[in-house]
Amino acid sequence: MAFAAFSAGTTGTEAAPRRKSPIALLLLLPGILYLVLFFLAPLVSLLLTSFQAPSGFGDVGQYSYAFRWENYVEVITAYWPHIMRSFGYALIATVLALVFSYPLAYFIGVKARAWPLLQSLMLVLVIAPFFISFLLRTLAWKQLLSDESFVITSLKALSLIAPDAYFTGTPVAVIFGLTYNFIPFMTLPLYTTLERLDLRYLEAGSDLYARPFDVFRKITIPLSMPGIVAGTLLTFIPAAGDYINASRDFLGGPDTQMIGNVIEANFLVLQNYPAAAALSIILMSVILVIVSIYVKRSGTEELL
Amino acid sequence: MKFSLGKWLLPLYTLLALIFLMVPIVYTFVFSFNDSQKSNITWRGFTFDKWLNVCQVQNGAVCEAFGNSILIGVVATVAATTLGTMIAIALVRYRFRFRSQTSLLLFLPMATPEVVLGAGLAAQFLSVGVPKDMVTIILAHTMFCISFVVVTVKARVAGLDPALEEAGRDLYGSATQVFARITFPLLLPGILAAALLSFALSFDDFIITNFNSGPVTTFPKYIYVSAARGIPAEANVIASAVFIFALVIVITAQVSRAARAKRLAKQG
Repeated sequence: MAFAAFSAGTTGTEAAPRRKSPIALLLLLPGILYLVLFFLAPLVSLLLTSFQAPSGFGDVGQYSYAFRWENYVEVITAYWPHIMRSFGYALIATVLALVFSYPLAYFIGVKARAWPLLQSLMLVLVIAPFFISFLLRTLAWKQLLSDESFVITSLKALSLIAPDAYFTGTPVAVIFGLTYNFIPFMTLPLYTTLERLDLRYLEAGSDLYARPFDVFRKITIPLSMPGIVAGTLLTFIPAAGDYINASRDFLGGPDTQMIGNVIEANFLVLQNYPAAAALSIILMSVILVIVSIYVKRSGTEELL
Repeated sequence: MKFSLGKWLLPLYTLLALIFLMVPIVYTFVFSFNDSQKSNITWRGFTFDKWLNVCQVQNGAVCEAFGNSILIGVVATVAATTLGTMIAIALVRYRFRFRSQTSLLLFLPMATPEVVLGAGLAAQFLSVGVPKDMVTIILAHTMFCISFVVVTVKARVAGLDPALEEAGRDLYGSATQVFARITFPLLLPGILAAALLSFALSFDDFIITNFNSGPVTTFPKYIYVSAARGIPAEANVIASAVFIFALVIVITAQVSRAARAKRLAKQG
């Protein structure tokens, strides 16, 4: 439901002239202190943990503070495929979600403007997947697309797929799951910008003899850029760090493990905290770099 | 011909897309009526039993997990909504130093993958020596909900007409009276929306919870742990009930907003 964050941030309304007052400090301090304690400090301890070295008699889960930068070399060599896979899957899922969501958001935000009730009904349907457990809806797809399922058996009967083809456990299944689960994050910010789209610009374009495709490419797309940026970030970030879809008990298999799966396994199962921390720092850094370049290049800094 | 095709293509696509989005929801709902034994994968006939006896399976493990999720969600929502609303008011209404740093600190938790937030908190609890239980889950959930509360409430504060509060002061209302009788009631819809969002985020969170829950089981964690050996239909019952409940809230909010807009339009 993160859409609210980004969609609300785009309006940028300035209220009454701002005053300076000690009340401001009183209002800010508790929340900011909380975030420093439970958001910033954990990032610092993650960074410190990522350089830890084994201690004691080599017991599992025993580490002490050090500057063991080799941890990073080790996790990158060991988990290179997982790192690449995460960003690859997330990128494909983001593109698919954008292609799926744009026409949907366009219809709800532009074509359905004349019918507000229909518009809000369709919006409720778009966010409806949020109301059912994330894990259960992923498992529902697993069962709907399992080898013995109606969908797969009928596709085989119609010879549309090979008789020995299978779906769950493949990269296709994981990307499908990531796409499905994050579609609402893409559709909602797109809807918010398209809903505000001034149709007179489009009319002006066609009055000047632009073909419909050119109007779309040169006017509609640039005007909906804030929604595209917000939607792609809201899809890409959680998709790159997700480990539910790729998990073996859900849509994934041994060859689809992503960086999130490795972090979980190292932290919670193997108790190799430094490796998990180093991988988390890598994931976070790559995402921050991508986000800042992307936001700068698309010229939508005011979004943040 | 070409024209009419273009005219129908988009509505048809929208219809199919919305149906596609509903597929796993309908599946989960239908299988909550399955007369299943241990695992709930193949259809064994229709029954109301699972709805009527939700808490009887596995000595009530599903219900215990559900209860934990509700408790965590309520406490985290109250904490995050209070802290976030205060920040939102300060951001819109006051000037202060380190403004951009504050905005960055509020934005970053939303741009950080959940697995990093979860692992970071777990690493911190580990190094400080705090055992993981209900409290650590609540601390974690409050953290990631604050930013979402701030953006939701901020929009509402920004849209508030300062003239209304000025009128209150002109009529000799004290600062407390103006806040309690004018500002707060006007902000209430935004605060409620933020609280609902927080609760939804907390209730469905698995990734951060998994890192910080220790022996405590929440509803999503219960599903994750049971996924390997089969999930009882009772889990589908709870998920479906929550779905219907959330849908009713959202539709009521939409309808009452539409009705209010109509009333305001009539008054001109």
